[in-house]
Amino acid sequence: MSDLRPDPDALLARVEREENQKRRGRLKIFFGAAAGVGKTYAMLLAAQAKRLENIDVVVGLVETHERQETVAVLQGLELLSPKLVKHRGTVQREFDLDGTLKRRPTLVLVDELAHSNAVGCRHPKRWQDVEELLAAGIDVYSTLNVQHLESLNDDVSQVTGVQVKETVPDTVFDLADEVELIDLPPDELLLRLKEGKVYVPQQAERAMRGFFRKGNLIALRELSLRLTADRVDAQMQDYRDDHAIQDVWPVGDRVLVCMGPNPIAERLIRAAKRLATSLHAQWIVAYVETPELQRLSAERRDEVLRLLRFAEQLGAETVTLSGPDMSNEILNFAKSRNVTKIVLGKPSRRGWKRWLLGSIVDTLITEAHNINVYLLGSPRGEDVSAQKTPKSVSRLKSLRPSYPWGRVKRRWLNGGWALMMTSVTTVLAWLMSGKFESANLVMVYLLGVVFVAARFGREASVLTSVLSVAAFDFLFVKPIYTFAVADAQYLVTFVIMLLVGLIISHLTSNMRSQAKVASHRERRANVLYALSEDLATSRTIAETARIAARHIQDEFGGNSVLLFPVGDGQIVYPSDPPVPESLRATDLGVAQWVFDHAQIAGQGTDTLPGASAVFFPLSGFRGVIGVLALRAVNLRRVFLPEQRRLLDTFISQIAQTIERVRFADEAQQTQLRIESETLRNSLLSAISHDLRTPLASIVGAASTLVEEDVLLTALDRQELSLTIYDEALRMSNLANNILDMARIDGGQASLNRQWYPLDEIIGGALTRIHKRLKGRSVNTKLPDGLCMVRLDAVLIEQVLINLLENACKYTPAGSPIDITANFSAHMLKVTIADHGPGIPPGAEEKLFDKFYQVHREGTQSGVGLGLAICKAIVIAHGGVMGASNRQGGGAQFFFLLPVDEAAPQVIEELEDE
Amino acid sequence: MSSTNPVIVIVEDDLQICRFLRTSLSVHGFQVIEAGSGERGLVEIGTRKPELVILDLGLPGMDGIEVIHKVREWSAVPIIVLSARSQESNKIAALDSGADDYLTKPFSIGELLARIRVSLRHAAQLVGDSTETIFCLGDLQVDLTCRKVFLDEQEIHLTPLEYRLLTVLIHHAGKVLTHRQLLLQVWGPTYVEHAHYVRIYMGQLRRKLEVDPTQPRYLLTEAGIGYRLAYRE
Repeated sequence: MSDLRPDPDALLARVEREENQKRRGRLKIFFGAAAGVGKTYAMLLAAQAKRLENIDVVVGLVETHERQETVAVLQGLELLSPKLVKHRGTVQREFDLDGTLKRRPTLVLVDELAHSNAVGCRHPKRWQDVEELLAAGIDVYSTLNVQHLESLNDDVSQVTGVQVKETVPDTVFDLADEVELIDLPPDELLLRLKEGKVYVPQQAERAMRGFFRKGNLIALRELSLRLTADRVDAQMQDYRDDHAIQDVWPVGDRVLVCMGPNPIAERLIRAAKRLATSLHAQWIVAYVETPELQRLSAERRDEVLRLLRFAEQLGAETVTLSGPDMSNEILNFAKSRNVTKIVLGKPSRRGWKRWLLGSIVDTLITEAHNINVYLLGSPRGEDVSAQKTPKSVSRLKSLRPSYPWGRVKRRWLNGGWALMMTSVTTVLAWLMSGKFESANLVMVYLLGVVFVAARFGREASVLTSVLSVAAFDFLFVKPIYTFAVADAQYLVTFVIMLLVGLIISHLTSNMRSQAKVASHRERRANVLYALSEDLATSRTIAETARIAARHIQDEFGGNSVLLFPVGDGQIVYPSDPPVPESLRATDLGVAQWVFDHAQIAGQGTDTLPGASAVFFPLSGFRGVIGVLALRAVNLRRVFLPEQRRLLDTFISQIAQTIERVRFADEAQQTQLRIESETLRNSLLSAISHDLRTPLASIVGAASTLVEEDVLLTALDRQELSLTIYDEALRMSNLANNILDMARIDGGQASLNRQWYPLDEIIGGALTRIHKRLKGRSVNTKLPDGLCMVRLDAVLIEQVLINLLENACKYTPAGSPIDITANFSAHMLKVTIADHGPGIPPGAEEKLFDKFYQVHREGTQSGVGLGLAICKAIVIAHGGVMGASNRQGGGAQFFFLLPVDEAAPQVIEELEDE
Repeated sequence: MSSTNPVIVIVEDDLQICRFLRTSLSVHGFQVIEAGSGERGLVEIGTRKPELVILDLGLPGMDGIEVIHKVREWSAVPIIVLSARSQESNKIAALDSGADDYLTKPFSIGELLARIRVSLRHAAQLVGDSTETIFCLGDLQVDLTCRKVFLDEQEIHLTPLEYRLLTVLIHHAGKVLTHRQLLLQVWGPTYVEHAHYVRIYMGQLRRKLEVDPTQPRYLLTEAGIGYRLAYRE
């Protein structure tokens, strides 16, 4: 049953593809075998048809080659003016990408997809322009000849003998929404050529003798037909996939290509691409970096980088593996990714060397049990050079005088050590000779070799081996003082001695380089650890940016800066003060492009290579969140595979941190919003009740006064006026409370703390509340002397007033209120106690909540903000507020304020002044 | 309404408050002139030569404090400031700029009339000579010529600074004085930032003159603003 289900991965990929297409423009390619088959003509005809459907069609750029039919069919179409690019004195017409993006047509015609743009354009290739148009949601019609397809490049050059330089990655072709094959039989094409419909006569002559031979045309036609057939086949596959027409479909076929730094790598990649396409399989290109390969020259490493990028363009996923043992790394990776097929070049080691040292190919074949291994042959002669070249090149290089002085010096030093060690062992052997067998002397020499190998590396130890053999022969083998050998047996001794010496050198130096790789790895891990540790503590975006800049400088050299978009997606330069490691100014246009397209650009890349820095998109969970601009001191330090990988990890760490910070911010904001929402709701309900009640009284009383004036006695009027007055005051109090709460809660109230005598504060409060007390006695008990406290008088007075009002509200009229204050070492405690019914048990804490009232539906008015305000004020002073029932009945409210500063002194005045 | 009635200019943009002030003040025999903005107010004050000005601090256009500054350039007319709550700094600024008193909205007409009377009396004193040599307030009696203070017939010993503080308050009895104004008049311009001096001396004064310093009868506190000596009506 389950077998009949469509493969979920395939379906998912399809859905993703379709989603992408929804946003992207559609690309239609008019595909032909050669120039002159009528692609441009067909494209223009199609455009005319679209125009009749009232679709906004514009011609971005079309090469008419002055063919009359083509020019005729151009009639009536809107032509965009080309961008004129001056280059070395000549003016070239190029497609105006920005103009088109600004014009935003529904459909644009861009001829010759494979065209290379003039220097100074945004992208080096026209297909990249088209990609950008598609990404912007503009449909594109374009034309392409079969020889321009990247993966067919080899085949075409083999067939026609012409190397085509302008190529288009296969992915562009594969991802095109429609491909229309414009087919013309070779004879007809040649006829058209003769009639001068393709080229002007002289050019036609030359063309017919060169590229346009009938044989070539047939081969190209076949290629293009086959390619189109493949596409149709793939579409069929998609259809079957969709409709679960389950035939045997090799689900999850994955092709792994292993490439080394040799010339067949490019062929390997092309071949693998074709294999993968025919299998509808994913393919991965792996480069294994062994310690040996890490010693490659910079140029050759750049070449490896270029090849990896080339593979990416063909649609491959690329990885760089590193480890001491190539075959092991490949196998592990293949297993982890469920690779089903491995493509390799033919073994480079041959004959006895292969037999003795083994070959990666052999190991893979023996070890890989469920994986098919494909070997790619190479034309005779080429593979010899293939394995010879690297060595000879590196050797040539190493002897070049322009080599860094340090290396040359070290080389001489190595020679010196070899010479010295040989002399030491020779002296030792000289002392031993006569008393010991010559076999023991050989041992002494070998000891020297081991020592040198361990300390000074391969070169010195190989030299030591050779010198040792020579010295042994010269000094200890008869005839002495000549290199001649009397006893042929010694030849065996020499050979074994040399071999043992060489093997020791090899093993020891491998060990050394492995240790070096390990230490490199450890250093990278450490660097990464340091970064993540720093990032983990970062709480703000600015801080993250600073940490990122610092660590990137430490590791990659050069200045960097994180750029983020403002609200409308516009990348802006950060306004925070820059750290010394920051990049001071940069091209925001490139950054914007990188942000919009989620692709790396700038220096050393395919896009806008003229920029002064490299720009990496910071991709997070929700798409691109920013851009890292890096102006490296040394680009190689950024683009070396292992460094690039490290940088990618850096970038993803940074992006994750930024997202974490943002999420945290957002969560906090949401929390705040929820809280203020709840507050607002309870506030609204409280206010609607507590404001309406007095309002109703006021409106009622006032309307009676206005409307029933004649009927009212003076006493009635007095009564009604009093009602209005009292209720208005009540509303005023309420409004004040709400405003106070908002002010204190909103954090807007900054404390105006000054030194006050305590009795003044209490006195002020009592004066203000005098009327409400209605003759109650208030007993105050303060410490002796002038107690100076530092506080915000207005706010603390408010606290006292609220507490006193509460006491008045909740206790029987006329019952006394006690105010006491006492100082402890660090605290001032003020207590206001009453003789009322006390606090309901369990309500002590809730009392201070906003909108809490002891008697919800009671006659006591108020919103329940009074105590909440008190608490907020006391807390703002760094104090504590509490309530309890006093012994013997009644409630007491108290607050503690910290007293942590010495009271100010006043210059004592002289009594008899 | 005769032309001898004292003239009051009200600078206030709220129509309801204007209406209520006009009605209440007219009943009490004042001639009321209204101005809806600071600019208009300046014109009215300049042309009508009022006995008193009631000025709202929160005006559209020209700010109330600016109006005080402008008026004080050419007139000593008493100004009573109206302001919303929780604007202590505004009130202090207004008083320091030359306003005579302030009232916080909402206020009762009784409060306002009391303030108006105090201000008018002070203005009259400034014009004529203050002939009063003995100041009486409840049990408190101050002989300004002999520099002696009596409370309930008992002589109270005050230090020179305490005495000077008391006399400044007596000269402005019923009017609010900011900390700054008191510092300036008692200690001199170098001490204007030492607000706690005033508070400490005021505390000492209260201990000597009040029965219960926490429930003062004479030396009243205006929280966050300053002090006022109670005024006998």
